[in-house]
Amino acid sequence: MTKDHIEMQRDDVGAKLGMWVFIFTEILLFGGLFLVYAVMRHRYAADFHQASLQLNTFIGALNTVVLLISSMTVAMSISAVQKKDKRMATILLCITLLCAVIFLVDKYFEWGHKISILLYPGSDLMQSLKHGYILFFSLYFFMTGLHMLHLVIGAVVLLVALVKVRMGLINDEHYVLLENGGLYWHLVDLIWIFLFPLLYLVT
Amino acid sequence: MTGNNNLHEEPGYLIDTGKYKGIKAWLTTTDHKRIGLLYLWSIMVFFIVGAILGETMRTELFKPGQQFYGPQTYNAIFTLHGLIMIFLIVIPGLTVVFGNFVMPIMIGANDVAFPRLNLFAWYLYILGAAVVVISQFTGNGPPDTGWTFYAPYSTQTHTNVIAAVSGAFILGFSSILTGINFIVTIHRLRAPGMSFFKMPLLPWAIYATAWIQVLATPVIGITLLMIIAERLFHIGFFDPALGGDPVLYQHLFWIYSHPAVYIMILPAMGVITEIIPTFCQKQIYGYKAIAISSLAIAGVGYFVWGHHMFTSGMSKEAIWTFSLLTFLVAVPSAIKVFNWVATMYKGAIDLKPPVLYAIAFIFLFSIGGLTGLVQGALATDIQVHDTSFVVAHFHYIIFGGVGFAFLGAIHYWYPKMFGRMYNFRVANIAWCFLFIGFNLLYFPQFIIGLQGMPRRYFDYLPQFATAQQISTIGGYILGIGFIILIINLFRKNGAKSTANPWGGKTLEWTLASPPPMENFATPPSVPDKPYDYD
Repeated sequence: MTKDHIEMQRDDVGAKLGMWVFIFTEILLFGGLFLVYAVMRHRYAADFHQASLQLNTFIGALNTVVLLISSMTVAMSISAVQKKDKRMATILLCITLLCAVIFLVDKYFEWGHKISILLYPGSDLMQSLKHGYILFFSLYFFMTGLHMLHLVIGAVVLLVALVKVRMGLINDEHYVLLENGGLYWHLVDLIWIFLFPLLYLVT
Repeated sequence: MTGNNNLHEEPGYLIDTGKYKGIKAWLTTTDHKRIGLLYLWSIMVFFIVGAILGETMRTELFKPGQQFYGPQTYNAIFTLHGLIMIFLIVIPGLTVVFGNFVMPIMIGANDVAFPRLNLFAWYLYILGAAVVVISQFTGNGPPDTGWTFYAPYSTQTHTNVIAAVSGAFILGFSSILTGINFIVTIHRLRAPGMSFFKMPLLPWAIYATAWIQVLATPVIGITLLMIIAERLFHIGFFDPALGGDPVLYQHLFWIYSHPAVYIMILPAMGVITEIIPTFCQKQIYGYKAIAISSLAIAGVGYFVWGHHMFTSGMSKEAIWTFSLLTFLVAVPSAIKVFNWVATMYKGAIDLKPPVLYAIAFIFLFSIGGLTGLVQGALATDIQVHDTSFVVAHFHYIIFGGVGFAFLGAIHYWYPKMFGRMYNFRVANIAWCFLFIGFNLLYFPQFIIGLQGMPRRYFDYLPQFATAQQISTIGGYILGIGFIILIINLFRKNGAKSTANPWGGKTLEWTLASPPPMENFATPPSVPDKPYDYD
């Protein structure tokens, strides 16, 4: 008898439960930032309003739509896997990943523009601005930055899922990884749904 | 039911049966029992370091003025002592060692829900510990902020705060993963027939703890990231010069760090709840009350963080509310104490080493808990805030409570873990040293704290000298106690242990000592009541 570990029974419900609990932790992670946002916005309401006018609402809205579409396609890819439609699942996952790339490209231009006009935390220009402006842009970079990190992680998980779909390791009987990746992707989407109005549409 | 069908002839989990042997087998193991021991060894090493640091502080404080190191070193040492003791020992502590080792067996499972994630969490723990160690030797000197990293000092000091904070962040992540693992384990892997209210009370405590780990730790995670961003990019959240608010940092910090106290103490209470019925051979008094009070502590404990900041500047309404909630959270803790005492009442108490530790726990925890209320009350808190009274209070809870529970747990499950017994006489002597040393060390701090001795001070007025000297002598006695205890547990001459040396009723005692790799070859039969001694 040789064994390093005992064979555990497969438990998809357990795996999903674990993912849900992990999602709670992610929401609380951002919760800390939302708390700081709430306090600072309460204190510097007028400055926050003025500063948010600097953000490009069009790009923000575009990114919102892009993420919503990607959330839909990832959900559809799970249905496609369940219906044994490997080709459709591949296409839908590719669209999802494409949306992730579009989002990042948009963000690159957005951040690039801010940085080119020296509007970033720690710059000389920032130090000379009013307190509310400094805090708004610090929050903007911190929150969208952390969100982007999550988006990249989610995209990597979905990329792994895509490869496994191609290899047949994710199939109509064994798709919990894709489901969990999808759950995580919805979280990335959901956080953005909150970030967008808080940062871009605040008046 | 004894579940004798599980006393089969398989080799114990300590014997390598896989393709790897020796250290490799341990470093690649996904067995919950072995991972529990990996944590036990790591925690023991860190504890020895943290304890030596503490002893040097006591020695420095033996007389007023400088003895052998200066104020900056003193600040660095109490910071490191706090970091090691809090983040590396008592927060993971009982949960990772005994939560891993016995919790799955107690619920009749063969492992945790995600065994590989479990091992990964241990590696993260080691990585976080390594980063904390690195922070001491790189950059501009070891951090001197205290384990609380209070802003704005932590964002301005030139010492190596970023590394230490990153270490704490990684340790937090490890803690979250363990929490998720245990929640899913308890939901999904209970043996057939074991409903929640048939679970023993340690799994209940671990369950409540896991929820706090999962729901509170992310808040410290993001707060620590903000400290790093503040130092690197001057984001200004906590810097008044940029419009930020240092008290906001304190809120965010304690939103995690107060519940973290319950991460430490809940499993300790769980351990005591296991030890007492076994050694009184009596059914636990108020099973449901204990189970639910664990959840109540976890729930209410989430909303009391403001009591750390009564003197920092909060509205009247806020401090009243936090004070009220602080008194409320004492209720479920008191319920447990009453239940333990009621269980012991008229029981045939067998004073073996584990139950000595349990009794010490009840005694010390009660002192620690009641002095906590002195600080929860608004008027008295102004007097004792930031004095050595606070130091004494939390050492009574964390060391007298969690520490003694940990030692009780080791003495209780030692025969199960290693299949051998230890020497009771020596264990009792060690207990005497620890109990006397502990009280000599910390009780004088209550008195001089009330008289105005500030905490974290390198020097003090001559009038506190006698009390400080008693404290230091107590510290040495405590140290001797630990040396005796460790030698006793490491001597390999104990008799072989039977499967159930204490006459316990929970499922771990139905397995051989040490248990086989696969705990239950067939699903165990679950008793109707977890502590059925009648």
